[in-house]
Amino acid sequence: MSKIAIDRPAQATPRRIARGFRGLSDRALAWIFVGPTILLLLAVNIFPLIWTIWLSFTNFRVNRPNEEVKFVGVQNYSRILSDDDIWLTMQATAHFLFWTLFLQILIGFWLAWLINRKFKGNDLWTTVIVLPMMLSPAVVGNFWTFLYQPQIGLFNYAVGFLTGADPSSFSMIADVTLAPWAIIIVDTWMWTPFVMLICLAGLRSIPDSLYEAAECDRASKWRQFWTITVPLVLPFLMLAVLFRGIENFKMFDLVVQLTGGGPGSVTELTSINLKREAFEKWRTGYSSAYAIILFVTVYGLAAIYVKALNRVKQR
Amino acid sequence: MRANIATLALAGTVAGFGLGTGSAKADNLTLCWAAWDPANALVELSKDFEKESGHTMQFEFVPWPNFADRMLNELNSGGQLCDLMIGDSQWIGGAAENGHYLKLNEFFDANGIKMEDFIPATVVGYAEWPKNTPNYWALPAFGDVVGWTYRKDWFARPELQEEFKKAYGRDLAVPKSLEELKDIAQFFQGREIDGKKVYGASIYTERGSEGITMGVTNALYNYGFEYQNPSKPYDLEGFVNSPDAAKGLEFYKALYDCCTPPGASDWYMSETIDAYKSGQVALQMNFAFIWPGVHADPNVGGDKSGYFPNPPGPKGHFAQLGGQGISVVANTDSKDAALAYIKWFAQPEVQKKWWSVGGYSALRSVVEDPGFATSQPYAQTFLDSMAIVKDFWAEPSYASLLQAMQKHVHNYVVAGNGTAQEALDGLVKDWTEVFEDEGKL
Repeated sequence: MSKIAIDRPAQATPRRIARGFRGLSDRALAWIFVGPTILLLLAVNIFPLIWTIWLSFTNFRVNRPNEEVKFVGVQNYSRILSDDDIWLTMQATAHFLFWTLFLQILIGFWLAWLINRKFKGNDLWTTVIVLPMMLSPAVVGNFWTFLYQPQIGLFNYAVGFLTGADPSSFSMIADVTLAPWAIIIVDTWMWTPFVMLICLAGLRSIPDSLYEAAECDRASKWRQFWTITVPLVLPFLMLAVLFRGIENFKMFDLVVQLTGGGPGSVTELTSINLKREAFEKWRTGYSSAYAIILFVTVYGLAAIYVKALNRVKQR
Repeated sequence: MRANIATLALAGTVAGFGLGTGSAKADNLTLCWAAWDPANALVELSKDFEKESGHTMQFEFVPWPNFADRMLNELNSGGQLCDLMIGDSQWIGGAAENGHYLKLNEFFDANGIKMEDFIPATVVGYAEWPKNTPNYWALPAFGDVVGWTYRKDWFARPELQEEFKKAYGRDLAVPKSLEELKDIAQFFQGREIDGKKVYGASIYTERGSEGITMGVTNALYNYGFEYQNPSKPYDLEGFVNSPDAAKGLEFYKALYDCCTPPGASDWYMSETIDAYKSGQVALQMNFAFIWPGVHADPNVGGDKSGYFPNPPGPKGHFAQLGGQGISVVANTDSKDAALAYIKWFAQPEVQKKWWSVGGYSALRSVVEDPGFATSQPYAQTFLDSMAIVKDFWAEPSYASLLQAMQKHVHNYVVAGNGTAQEALDGLVKDWTEVFEDEGKL
């Protein structure tokens, strides 16, 4: 058996290397170590961003290499912002975002509160609940299309069983009014466990002494919940909203697999629309402008939100 | 100095020999196509090419819904994955103008390959750009067209025959018009056959790629829809959105509403096949490529199924063209071997074998052979259908045109928003914008 590292004495830096660093300040040394990472970040993050901003002011199409690239000013931006179809996709995204966040926070918090109570099989239930978020979104989308199938789908059967309706009389993903809810249900099913885990971490971070003190003051359970549990879990909840909000703003795979953006365009979220513009129609300049608008929107909203989150934490 | 020149000359000679023998060396060719039954048949067929030429073949097959995305990405990025591409007919304009495919005119001339030897519609549809000019970018490889499959065994049942005649005053038989087709679909919708609830028809409704467009055009063409003014290119108003075209769109919606299985809102080739093979529907709209598979199916194959071309409408008799041509990708390092494959593939005996293994040859000597029409139960239907084809735009901007049509048609037919006229008016607006962007208007 070979000797483990800890048994061996540390070796001095070879003289040849040490000579190279001699005389360098701490700051210079720091730059040497951080430099490669900064270069990598510039290459894979900053340069593409700057390049995308430049492209957004041109008529460039990646599938037309022989065509002259013209500077078109803010034309792409004005066309996007005045396009009714794009506003419809924004509305669809806002609807999806609001309801998924609302339901996931509500159900996730409730599940965390239940799991936080000590009972037999607690760990097993936690594992079972978090299973959906471990699956691939493409797989989830695919098998939910079967669950929503009007003739053989378990979802339709369950609704039929509970309401007495004919299971084949409605189609979750073909109906204009039901399809937006179909994608909300699936996303909620998949990602509520994530919110639950964050809330659980929040609940477990509350010291028992606070509840004991409240008990001594003869505070009711209801009052304990609103004055201890909710304020102390709030920063965690806000963090969950931030993570899920950013994720769902760029939702693509699950919805494409479920509805393809249909029926019509009622579930065509912005990321699906953007992908169609960029990689099906190949309007590279136009889609670059579209991506920048979405980036600014998400970044702006997230920045405001993080400020609010910090304020809540400081209270 | 003289020695240097001599060395260079020697190096040049050696390099020259190297190049000369390069074409004779065995290459490894990659052929890209969609993942479907004909592709498997081509793998089998290509073994003969490997034996004859010494080249080896690899295949990259992508499922239909992702085929265009994946392959156009490959072409646009200048990738070298594919040496040969069996690309969709609508790609030809963009591939030609953007230099993705090699032009094949000189090669055809040098090797005695004549386009007159192929079915004219396939030459225009799969090989030419600009259309109707002798500029060839592909060899017609796989003829395909939308047609219909029906449950012959159900149609033959005396009790159903009797009931149908009572209801519609005619025999339950292959429909002579689109209206008759709808009657038949309606007749079967919700009916119980052998203890199982069945439905009228499975038709194309897919939203994401090209499905609903490939379906609805079979109604639109026959009700009077035109892509443009025949005497003024890109003049759309009154042709795309004529009242007749609106009636065609209304027909397709009526067929979807009355006669399709529940949940058939996002169906393309594979879903319609599944519905038919599982005995859910009496009629199936699909491309002809599925017919060999249907014929061989243990549940619905043999005498249980029949085939017929898309029925005429009040203003014409057309069917949506499918199929593809085979092209040499401009970026290939194995140009000679790729061209050798095309030369081999164009041979009449190879084309004959292509048909026998399940590929739809576009070579006239194969399809005009006296024995062809009776060689398979669907062969005559294929010939009849290929005689009435019409295709979607093949412009370089075809993808934008296609996405606009997908959106407006799905929005009306499946989502039920607005009227047919509004959908087509919206289509004219979007298509006009695309052509304006292209500088064609």
